[in-house]
Amino acid sequence: MANIMYWEAIQRAHDEEMARDPLVICMGEDIGVAGGTYKATKGLYEKYGPLRVMDTPISENGFTGLAVGASFLGVRPIVEIMSVNFAWLAMDQMFNSAAKVRYMSGGQLAAPCVFRSAGGAAHQLGAQHSARMEKVFMGIAGLRVVTPSNPKQAYGLLKSAIRCDDPVFINEHELMYNMKGEVPDGEYFHPLEGSDIARAGTDVTLFGYNISVHWCLKAAEILDKQYGISAEVVDLYSLAPLDRDGIRKSVSKTHRAVIAEEDEAPVGVGSEVIAIINEECFFELDAAPVRVHSALVPQPYNHTLEKATIPDHEDVVKAVLKLFGKA
Amino acid sequence: MKIEDKKRVLREMVLHRRFEERCYQAYIERKIGGFLHLYPGQEACCNGVMEAARPGHDYVITGYRDHVHAIKCGADPKEVMAELYGKETGSSKGRGGSMHIFDAGKRFMGGYALVGGPFPLAAGIAKAIQLKGGDEIAICFLGDAANNQGTFHETMNMAALWKLPVLFICENNLYGIGTSIERSTAVIHQHKRVCAYGIEAAECDGQDIDKVYAAARLAVDHVRSGKGPYFLELMTYRYRGHSMSDSRGYRSREEEELWKQRDPIFILRDRLIETGEMSMADYEAIEKETDAYIENEVIKFAEQSPEPRVEDLEKYVFADRETQLPWLTGKAA
Ligand SMILES: Cc1ncc(C[n+]2csc(CCOP(=O)(O)OP(=O)(O)O)c2C)c(N)n1
Ligand SMILES: [Mg+2]
Repeated sequence: MANIMYWEAIQRAHDEEMARDPLVICMGEDIGVAGGTYKATKGLYEKYGPLRVMDTPISENGFTGLAVGASFLGVRPIVEIMSVNFAWLAMDQMFNSAAKVRYMSGGQLAAPCVFRSAGGAAHQLGAQHSARMEKVFMGIAGLRVVTPSNPKQAYGLLKSAIRCDDPVFINEHELMYNMKGEVPDGEYFHPLEGSDIARAGTDVTLFGYNISVHWCLKAAEILDKQYGISAEVVDLYSLAPLDRDGIRKSVSKTHRAVIAEEDEAPVGVGSEVIAIINEECFFELDAAPVRVHSALVPQPYNHTLEKATIPDHEDVVKAVLKLFGKA
Repeated sequence: MKIEDKKRVLREMVLHRRFEERCYQAYIERKIGGFLHLYPGQEACCNGVMEAARPGHDYVITGYRDHVHAIKCGADPKEVMAELYGKETGSSKGRGGSMHIFDAGKRFMGGYALVGGPFPLAAGIAKAIQLKGGDEIAICFLGDAANNQGTFHETMNMAALWKLPVLFICENNLYGIGTSIERSTAVIHQHKRVCAYGIEAAECDGQDIDKVYAAARLAVDHVRSGKGPYFLELMTYRYRGHSMSDSRGYRSREEEELWKQRDPIFILRDRLIETGEMSMADYEAIEKETDAYIENEVIKFAEQSPEPRVEDLEKYVFADRETQLPWLTGKAA
């Protein structure tokens, strides 16, 4: 096991896959000569050259479509969209071309592309650089969505996404690239479907994904130490498809659920998880599930307002205490 | 083009015309649903270009007006018609429809319904060719109005920057649905717009197949020899409305008549007759044979083919699950 950073894990997955298969390429703004905004492609340009590590013009829909077209012929492009806020511009090609081409060609063509993008609120980046957009991607037929919460997942999910014949959107987080964690020394493929139990517990399930897994873990610690509540933390690294079985199993055990997301509430992961709970195990519930989420405002610049917009572990603790009638 | 090729192409163009006219009829009979964009009037464009290229070897991609491009690449007209009928035997198994004809085996990479969508896809296909080192080229057929999309500019820049083997064919039929080009576009002559990206470009009469062929010969050779992208604009006209519910109130019957006097099929036919290569009777026989083929084989096949099964509704959304298990479950060796 190596203790490496999230960005290093992503870089390693790129490097291994590019060394293995000459048709694996990567592209994006500033990823080559400059080494990538988050260093996720550091050193690859020197190693694999400009034909396979492409510094693109600032044309998100254009280079995304180019990647999709190349994938029709068996090329495996990994597209970095510098910030998820810019992915709005590439949605036409992701949704209309990549996600639909297999279906509308009756299975003749496929778009085995990987789209990686950094989302989430960092520090005071303002309304146009702080979006969480996973909710937009997870409802598209034909597109897989995964979101790593730690370096091991960042490495293993990217490895699997590159090999998978379906288009995969990987939702990373601006604040997590320098997070450290254990990654297996040998090759490792994280499943693209399912969920991980990040911490076992018996009294309540805290559902999180990406950064909110860490709020949940911290909250579970506090709940255990200060309130004697045993929380299970389920890491929903796959947002499309969501892990119905995993959700049902955990809620059937704990009978209570809190869903923590950095995204705003409407049409989000929380609504979707609650719908699944209703469909799968409604009668197992001892209390109505609760969502912890951002305020529905364009991200403010002001530090205090920004903090008030985004939830954290304390909000998760509060939600749980409310569930137990302790707040 | 050799005389034998011209005769063959004339026969193909008649098939393309009659196929489309038969689609019109089938639509009226409600055998075909959705949108239906027909090609009559523009036949010399696709045929002239593809005669200079290598159908089935070069990759072709286009918009929603795609039946003839697919057939020219080698798609079976029976399967294209079956697709329009929504049948399981259709070229996209009834999942695509008129705007989404595909024949990957013939390297017809599809019809797409978002105006301007295929530009970057074509560049991507060319990128793949470049990486793999083949002698194929990518050919992207789109309309004049598509050039007002951002994807046009984004793609021209990337194609030129990376010297991609892609040929852009602009079929300038002077209209985007009901908006004439002078009302939507600051520059009528589309080839001028790519000069800004340093891309070789030319304009050509799109009704005379000999001229189209000659211009396309230069264009195809340019791209195949590794000199980067090329943009060829073909001035043409669609006879019918944009899709089916179009009474053509935005243009005059006189204008339509003027264009019909320069019909691409008749131009080639009359030339072959003038030079004594064929007679009017020969031509009439071609039309008859073509109609008989369409009726007895193409339509019959579409009519008699089975519908897709509702149980298969979710097939083709993702790759076959069994083949993906190592990555979906993490049980990779
Ligand atoms: C992105 C997008 N916007 C609008 C439309 C509706 N639409 C379909 S065809 C068309 C006109 C396109 O004209 P042109 O590119 O000249 O091709 P033509 O139909 O003349 O062959 C429009 C506006 C669409 N399909 N996609
Ligand atoms: Mg037009």
